[in-house]
Amino acid sequence: MHKEAAIREPLILGDKSYHDITVDVVGPIENKAPKAWYLLITISSIIAVWGLGCVVYLISTGIGTWGLNKTVGWAWDITNFVWWVGIGHAGTLISAVLLLFRQKWRMAINRSAEAMTIFAVMMAALFPGIHMGRIWLAYWVLPLPNQFGSLWVNFNSPLLWDVFAISTYFSVSLVFWYIGLIPDFATIRDRMTNPTAKKIYGILSFGWSGKAKNWTRFEEVSLVLAGLATPLVFSVHSIVSMDFATSVIPGWHTTIFPPYFVSGAVFSGFAMVLTLLLIMRKVMKLENYITIKHVEYMNIVIIVTGSIVGVAYLTELFISWYSGVEYESYAFINRFSGPYAWSYWCMMTCNVISPQLFWFKKIRTNLTATFILSIVVNIGMWFERFVIIVTSLHRDYVPSSWSMFYPTWVDIGVFVGTIGIFFTLFLLFARFFPVLALNELKTILKSSGEKYKNEDH
Amino acid sequence: MNFVFSNKAKVLSYVLIAIGVITIIAGYFLESHETHHTRWWTNLMINGFYFLAISLGALFFYALHFATETAWAVMLRRVIEAVYSFIPIASVVLVIVFIGATMHWNHIYHWMDNTILHEFVVESTMDSDHPVYFDSVEDAEAAGQAVMANPDYDHIIANKTAYLNVPFFWIRTLIYLGAFIWFARWFRKRSLREDEEGGTALHFKGYKRAAVYLVIFAVFSSTLSWDWIMSIDTHWFSTLFGWYVFSGMWVSAMNIITILTLYLISKGYLKDINSSHLHDMGKWVFALSFLWSYLWFSQFLLIWYSDIPEEVTYFITRIEHYKVPFFGMFIINFAIPMVMFMSRDAKRNPGFLIAIGTIIFIGHFIDTYMLITPGTMFEHWHFGWMEIGFFVGFTGLFINRVLTALTKAPLQPQKSPYLDESLHHSI
Repeated sequence: MHKEAAIREPLILGDKSYHDITVDVVGPIENKAPKAWYLLITISSIIAVWGLGCVVYLISTGIGTWGLNKTVGWAWDITNFVWWVGIGHAGTLISAVLLLFRQKWRMAINRSAEAMTIFAVMMAALFPGIHMGRIWLAYWVLPLPNQFGSLWVNFNSPLLWDVFAISTYFSVSLVFWYIGLIPDFATIRDRMTNPTAKKIYGILSFGWSGKAKNWTRFEEVSLVLAGLATPLVFSVHSIVSMDFATSVIPGWHTTIFPPYFVSGAVFSGFAMVLTLLLIMRKVMKLENYITIKHVEYMNIVIIVTGSIVGVAYLTELFISWYSGVEYESYAFINRFSGPYAWSYWCMMTCNVISPQLFWFKKIRTNLTATFILSIVVNIGMWFERFVIIVTSLHRDYVPSSWSMFYPTWVDIGVFVGTIGIFFTLFLLFARFFPVLALNELKTILKSSGEKYKNEDH
Repeated sequence: MNFVFSNKAKVLSYVLIAIGVITIIAGYFLESHETHHTRWWTNLMINGFYFLAISLGALFFYALHFATETAWAVMLRRVIEAVYSFIPIASVVLVIVFIGATMHWNHIYHWMDNTILHEFVVESTMDSDHPVYFDSVEDAEAAGQAVMANPDYDHIIANKTAYLNVPFFWIRTLIYLGAFIWFARWFRKRSLREDEEGGTALHFKGYKRAAVYLVIFAVFSSTLSWDWIMSIDTHWFSTLFGWYVFSGMWVSAMNIITILTLYLISKGYLKDINSSHLHDMGKWVFALSFLWSYLWFSQFLLIWYSDIPEEVTYFITRIEHYKVPFFGMFIINFAIPMVMFMSRDAKRNPGFLIAIGTIIFIGHFIDTYMLITPGTMFEHWHFGWMEIGFFVGFTGLFINRVLTALTKAPLQPQKSPYLDESLHHSI
């Protein structure tokens, strides 16, 4: 029999019954949306529409509308791509890796983190897509038979590995998320009075009946998917890092990239989860489920991954000197003292120094401080990719090819637009989907609920 | 209940130690003088480092289970403490190797060789035992010496002397070893005190200290790998190297902890360890084998793919001259745990865990061999009686010391806030 130590803090606060959990989670779907939701979705969809407009302009006019030049052939496009893919890491880490580690606190956050993952990966996929120029030929990235008139893809290219890695990751994340939703959709179906809504949720729940047999299969498939998804958490960002690290460009080619990108991805993913959840728990009154302890755990993940990233930065810097390769050394000297030094130091401050504040319990359990720092981390992680990509490129081997990168309004517009699309999707999710894994939460109520914990039973 | 080191096990450990001692003595005298006993010193280094790596991995996991509030592993605390009790002994072995290197009894560290670090040499002293070197012509003129360009000068290594120099190397080494030994003793003392006092205050002290240790080890595990191992191939560099070596430490430690626990269970101890504990241990060995393979592959793939001469030379040496151990140990350490530990039942089967664990134990020994030997022996490598004898001897010493450490405290922690949860572990 399972026995939870008294020393562990409760994960569900207050005097909650099984029914209360259902009401607290499904309530917001059944009731009318608050004004704040309408306000937020209006703002974010306006930004989204602006972003889509920029995409249309970009595709109809050409990549020349971006600020790229002969030397800096990759800049904001790939920075945004890597940034979004990184954010998309937290969901699967929480649902798969934390499931394997039996971290029960994941149950309050996994649903929204997985949704966020899916939306973030969609935003990421947009960038290579629109970068192709002729987006209507996007299917050429797949190894199609030559009858289609295309060229056979280059299997030696990490860009192709990316296609496979990201599409696999996206599919598995989607399936994982959906499987988890099935019992919760069934709960909503059973409560719906509106016949159309009941029908829709009925279809979505695949006829779930809540029998023991259903639950056994649910748990089995969750474990299998967790086992499959865990290597994917590593593979996706490792392969993204290989887009750079397989090259021979100083500052890009370094062996630490795969694990260090993975760690950075988890770091930024958790920061985005915090940004979203801190607002959501307030607006949807979920403070009893997403407790201060949950926030603290996430902040600890941020310290750990942020410090790993910090160690990686310093390792790269040290080895660039130790290697004795003058190009390698210069790439790093240029990073911290060249014309883009401001972005390097911005990255260092946001990613390495600021998370260390979470060593203080007062700060890591303070919601305002956490919210601010979560945004700081996201800014820092954007700059990390910008630093890696632009500073390594802009001073080419031949000084006559040295140049700077300046973003145009289209660069900025597309990036801001993806933030708008992302938030629009997330707000829709929060309105129509159960934002907490309510049936899974019920399984820990008796062992980790504040009222039941430490009672003799 | 306390563990009793049976006579049979003692005798076995002494036999293994005796084989080791004979090999060490015979090896020293049988190896020809012309090679400067390189093979002998290399073996000492491999074994010193491998068993230190196992103990450090154990200390790391100990701190990790504290900092992550892992309950199930509480039952394993005494076993882990026994494994990391080997840190001081392995440290002494490494210190002997480093003294040997400093005194030029061995040439494991090419960068300790004074002849390659200076650009100029006084012509008349060149063929003497103690040539006089200068770093610039001006210095030589000031000293009134006529110099010529030093034919052995290696500017790449000379540029590294700000980091790779004997005093700084020793300072770092002593700081690492001192920190490890100090933390290991502190955790052990805390653990024994908790047996008597109980309560949560001592537990939280351990929790905090564990977090501090993890930070320290995060830095030291990388830097010690550069200092002790990567600098053997002095020209070569890889940013991933530290993490790769660290993952090897961790998987080797989990493997040994599992084997040792199973040995104790087979002798009738640790009765409260159930199949769920075993399953979790098996999962760690399985998962960490993947982590190790992932890092090995990341380093290999990126260097092989880019094919930059100063980097790829490392793998060219290994592939051209060490093909069998190089790829063989990757297959042993990756494919065997992957295939064998995939199923749930395998991870709960003691015989299976021990059999595969033994193979992995040897596999990671060969990994350590591959980290060190190509940089010291180049293409003139051997894997024969000396390698086996050293390894057997050190394994005997390790068994002897770890089992002795186990006798000194109750095998099961008496009081920990997580003890009850660990006793009821069920997955």
